[in-house]
Amino acid sequence: MNPTATATRRTLSTPPAPESSFPYNRGSLLSVLDLSIEGVSRVLRRATELEFMNPIRRNTILAKRRLALLFYESSTRTRTSFELAAKALGADTTLVSSLSSSIEKGESLKDTGLTLRALGAEGIILRHNSSGAAWLLEASTRLPVVNAGDGMHEHPTQALLDLRTILAHFDPETRTCQPERINRPAERVSRPMGPATTVGSDTLAGVTICIVGDILHSRVARSNMLLLPRLGARVLLCGPKELLPEQAAHSDPGIEIERDFDAALRQSQAVIMLRIQAERLAGLQLDLDEYKARYQLTGQRLAVHAPSALVMHPGPIIRGMEITAGVADGPQSAILEQVTNGVAIRMAVIERALTAGG
Amino acid sequence: MKVTAIAIRGGHLIDPAAGVDALKDILLKDGRVAEIAGPGKLKHAEGPHTEIESLDATGLVIAPGLIDIHVHLREPGQGYKETIATGTAAAAAGGFTAVAAMPNTIPVNDSPEITRWMQEAERGAAIRVFPIAAATRGSKGEAINDYSALKAAGAIAVTDDGHPILKDNIMRETLTGAARAGLSVIQHAEDTRLTQGASMNLGRVSFRLGLRGMPPEAESSLVERDIGLVAELREAHPHLHVAHTSTAAAVAAVRQARRNGLRVTCEVAPHHFLLTEEHVGLYNTHAKMNPPLRSAADRDAMIEAILDGVIDAIATDHAPHAQHEKEVEFEHAPNGITGLETALGLALKWLHGEWKMPLGRVLSLMSAQPAALLGLKGRGTLTVGSYADVVVFDPKAEWTYRATESKSKAKNTPFDGWTMQGRVQWTISEGHIAYANSEKGIAVAGSEGRAEQANHA
Repeated sequence: MNPTATATRRTLSTPPAPESSFPYNRGSLLSVLDLSIEGVSRVLRRATELEFMNPIRRNTILAKRRLALLFYESSTRTRTSFELAAKALGADTTLVSSLSSSIEKGESLKDTGLTLRALGAEGIILRHNSSGAAWLLEASTRLPVVNAGDGMHEHPTQALLDLRTILAHFDPETRTCQPERINRPAERVSRPMGPATTVGSDTLAGVTICIVGDILHSRVARSNMLLLPRLGARVLLCGPKELLPEQAAHSDPGIEIERDFDAALRQSQAVIMLRIQAERLAGLQLDLDEYKARYQLTGQRLAVHAPSALVMHPGPIIRGMEITAGVADGPQSAILEQVTNGVAIRMAVIERALTAGG
Repeated sequence: MKVTAIAIRGGHLIDPAAGVDALKDILLKDGRVAEIAGPGKLKHAEGPHTEIESLDATGLVIAPGLIDIHVHLREPGQGYKETIATGTAAAAAGGFTAVAAMPNTIPVNDSPEITRWMQEAERGAAIRVFPIAAATRGSKGEAINDYSALKAAGAIAVTDDGHPILKDNIMRETLTGAARAGLSVIQHAEDTRLTQGASMNLGRVSFRLGLRGMPPEAESSLVERDIGLVAELREAHPHLHVAHTSTAAAVAAVRQARRNGLRVTCEVAPHHFLLTEEHVGLYNTHAKMNPPLRSAADRDAMIEAILDGVIDAIATDHAPHAQHEKEVEFEHAPNGITGLETALGLALKWLHGEWKMPLGRVLSLMSAQPAALLGLKGRGTLTVGSYADVVVFDPKAEWTYRATESKSKAKNTPFDGWTMQGRVQWTISEGHIAYANSEKGIAVAGSEGRAEQANHA
């Protein structure tokens, strides 16, 4: 044996990583990667069509189809917008939440899914506190499953509605997002989605979008990181080491880390602020005062470093923590618009789920 | 007809410990190797010995029965996952004639009573089971057990397995106490303070999947701590065996310790020299174990360490679980995969076939070396007088592993559907046929193991 010569030697063939058989059902949306760029365009286009469709006619699209909303975590925005979206298409929905069901008695996710299927559910919207739960549910039921957030992993409809929000403010001439387009319903009706309801691999070329804060625990960040660079955007991640490990930037090209918030802001046309997920910190000690000093989005910071950037936040916002009330309510904020866009995107995703012929 | 002797003829005997690699016939009698001779030259297998069973091993390899020093047989306490009978049946099918059973049973095997119970004939073991006893009471890492009593009851080593001993003073007591009793100390090296809530290797993939990760340092730092204690206690001559090494840093530490003359050994599991964190795929719980699948660099370091001879044994960490236990959210799934039926097929296919390790060295890692490191006298070799623990296999045969056909109660393997090389034809444990491949139409009757084999066919 020669213990010193270990560094560079043989190149050995090794077993290849397995191929994924997901999604099993063509209607499923487990990850934003389940959508091709063309698929993203279809969802965006359909979201706009459905949003402006006559509600009576829209109500017949999924009339009396059955959709289960299976929620293992509390949620305001996501749950309500999925529910409203499904109902706007005429579907019957039922909400199963972990605190008022047999889940409390120890029923497994697989069994809960099989039970919902036996009850006639044709698709399941799942919000779950464990990463990967949507994959388990889809493999178990083979139903169309829409991932409405799985642990720290993905939240694909949030990334799609974030994209819709960005595109609504995007000026392809200047390659910037223009917050002042907010609250101009007349223009939105005539050009409901701005120029781009068809996206391509260079739609957001030259655009930098900054995601700030608790990246480590954020499924919103992960889905955006998987979506935005595919459209040409540069994603800057910003946050302290504890909440933004170096591995994050190794995940894909088009993703970089900039720990200096001010420097990140100066480069960005849109900034997505994230909440610190206290429920997932798992013993991690954070000096919140220091965090605020370095990463809170204040009116002054915004005015100095990014006076024309679009400010976004997936919610829930903690005013005075990651963002000041002034910024959240200010002219650059698109936070409530994101919420509104959620209903349109989820209509398109639900329609896709139940009509893809999985 | 009561068979008391078996003659295996026409095969190629590979006995690395004895330096034999030639066509030989072998006679097994009264549980021991009675005679080894050139082809057709067995002297004591002729004449009026009507009870001799003759096995035709033409084109096959005859080797010392394989020894797995790291398995979980789940008895007592978790018979729904596996029993000593089903686990050893799987072991026999995989060519093993002896396994060392971990103490994380329910209750924990920290007593001579349980150690003896595991070895009783009533357990229905197809092959030899060597219990490894808990190092501390209840594996709680607080009070060390009576090692002399455990050894007298048949324990061959001590460990707290999945509850590694973190306290320096307890590990010191364990190493000195075990050395005094003539037992090895096996450590599952994981600083559990660094792995709270983690379910896979810490790195790029764990970030992408949104799973909490176990840093490689959780393993290597404890290996380094343990080696430091072995060095400090050098006068007492303790033997530290590092279970399932998975990181380059841990192997480097073992390599250095050996260079410093310390008695430190280590094993590696097939999944750690074959798979990486990428094999977790999209939350495949059959790729979840502890230590976890690591980076490609760590996996490559395991291969290099095997080829370089730093690794002393291949051990499977056979960890059966019921199907419903694995069909849950990844972070909630129990750790572990089965391994007894796939170890030889994978080792031959990859170590020997792909990476050109000589067959004798592969077999040595699975028999002679594990026997030597745990002091299993008369095993891991086939010299006259040794135990009649033999595996006979076709080294060229390729076949596909099907988990559904497993003799284990559990089917939790990432190797389902994988191509294996080397088909076990017979496994003989202390002179009794513990497994016979039915595909060649070998019909044997008599012992429990054989009856089960017939049923299976």
